[in-house]
Amino acid sequence: MLDTTARNTLPLAPGVGYKPQHFTDILESPGPVRWLEIHAENYMGDGGRPIAQIRHLAERFPISVHGVGLSIGGEAPLDPDHLARLARLVGWLNPASFSEHLAWSTHDTEFLNDLLPLPYTEETLARVCSHIDQVQEALGRQMLLENPSTYLAFAESAMSETDFLREIARRTGCGLLLDVNNVFVATTNQQTDPNAYIAEFPLDLVGEIHLGGHDEQVDEYGDPLLIDSHGTEVVDPVWKLYAETISLMGPRPTLIEWDTDVPDWSVLAAEADRAATILAPARKAALQ
Amino acid sequence: MNVDQHAFRSAILDPTAHVPDGLVDPKGRAAGKRFDVYRNNVIVSLSNALAEAFPAIQKLLGPNNFSILAGHFVRAHPPRSPLIALYGDAMPAFLETFEPVQKLGYLPDVARLELALRQSYHAADSQPVDPALLQQIPPDRLPAARLILAPAMRLVASDWPIAAIWKFNMANGPKPAMRPETALVTRPEFDPGVEALTPAGGAFVSALAARQTLGDALATASGRDPAFDLMPTLGALIAGGAITAIEEE
Repeated sequence: MLDTTARNTLPLAPGVGYKPQHFTDILESPGPVRWLEIHAENYMGDGGRPIAQIRHLAERFPISVHGVGLSIGGEAPLDPDHLARLARLVGWLNPASFSEHLAWSTHDTEFLNDLLPLPYTEETLARVCSHIDQVQEALGRQMLLENPSTYLAFAESAMSETDFLREIARRTGCGLLLDVNNVFVATTNQQTDPNAYIAEFPLDLVGEIHLGGHDEQVDEYGDPLLIDSHGTEVVDPVWKLYAETISLMGPRPTLIEWDTDVPDWSVLAAEADRAATILAPARKAALQ
Repeated sequence: MNVDQHAFRSAILDPTAHVPDGLVDPKGRAAGKRFDVYRNNVIVSLSNALAEAFPAIQKLLGPNNFSILAGHFVRAHPPRSPLIALYGDAMPAFLETFEPVQKLGYLPDVARLELALRQSYHAADSQPVDPALLQQIPPDRLPAARLILAPAMRLVASDWPIAAIWKFNMANGPKPAMRPETALVTRPEFDPGVEALTPAGGAFVSALAARQTLGDALATASGRDPAFDLMPTLGALIAGGAITAIEEE
């Protein structure tokens, strides 16, 4: 178990996934946005504009570092070089939070650049926990682990995803990042109830929320198949699930993710504003 | 039926491969289109990364041809690192042997230049020296001095006019004339730029980068071309902020 002083310190307010094209807008008219999240792998160079921009933004905004390349669920050992690069970034930036995914992306030495799914078994559990121990040790801080959006299931899975995440947190002391859009996407694809998923989720361990857009398709049988694309606005049913989740657990730092077909800043700020209107009463209620 | 990651990975990169047994939909039926989502995510995200990394190659081939090439490249050379911003090291060698582009002999070197530009973009920051310092060194001591070059400086030597080809496609430059060029990449602040050097100029900068003295580097360049004129090359280094220190013995 880790020293709890190194826990996440993001404000209970909206943040956005940082895109370089919004650099000036963020500084001049942040609107309701109180913090920024960056993908760790985009800021592992030695210098240049990416690093200079983040150094500048970090003077005004708490930064959350979100990894997309550690392959925490990988059968292979964690890449020591990548872990060292991450420790270097976290070391100089001292972000308010670090998070990664319950997924794998590296096999042998190949990085597949997608968040690939895992069977929920004792074997996977032991492996993921050992990797999270290693990450928290290397970074000297607690990390948050994000629930995945999934498109299929493993016949061999023996545990529910919520039990699996709860057990990981219990064994490693990590916190959880609850992606409400992922809950909606995964439960639709798995034909289960999103509210039941939230009810079973260990909400007391949630240190951050993600919201994003998805695409709607159907599979070869005509069943709904939602794709976690981060390329559109958050849909109304996801906003509703988010509001219900916040009313259950209280306010949490909430990120709007928009990674493809990135819109003008005003569109992103409007999404953050919508999160702010849900968070504000919850923050007031929490104070009473 | 347990699915290991080796089987998963093999089926991801081979669109004709059987989806591993044990991957199912909510009704327990074998995952077909659901598995294709992962296949598609991998190929599309990596192809997009290559299009961002090699905009000049994409322009030279056209978006459709580039997309076909990217699909072949991703399957033959998946990334070896999660640093996707630097993906594509193997592209020049791939272009040298990829049959449909064999008539475009300059393509591999243009890809080398685009790799160099991205490396430069992410390289460590440095402060250029005041060029006046160079003039303050007494002429008799100049040959023994060493110029220290910026971490963001890159050189790409070619038998083709690659700097001109790059500028023609990416920066509204004039039509390239056939001649060998060494492309000099410098990064005055945050945006890397490209200048054409003669092969002798390239040899001069390459010698400086290898920590040879000014005198030795000049001898190397003059060996390539007895008429080598130092000034344009030195001028390009100074203009690009590529000299970070001058060391005297």
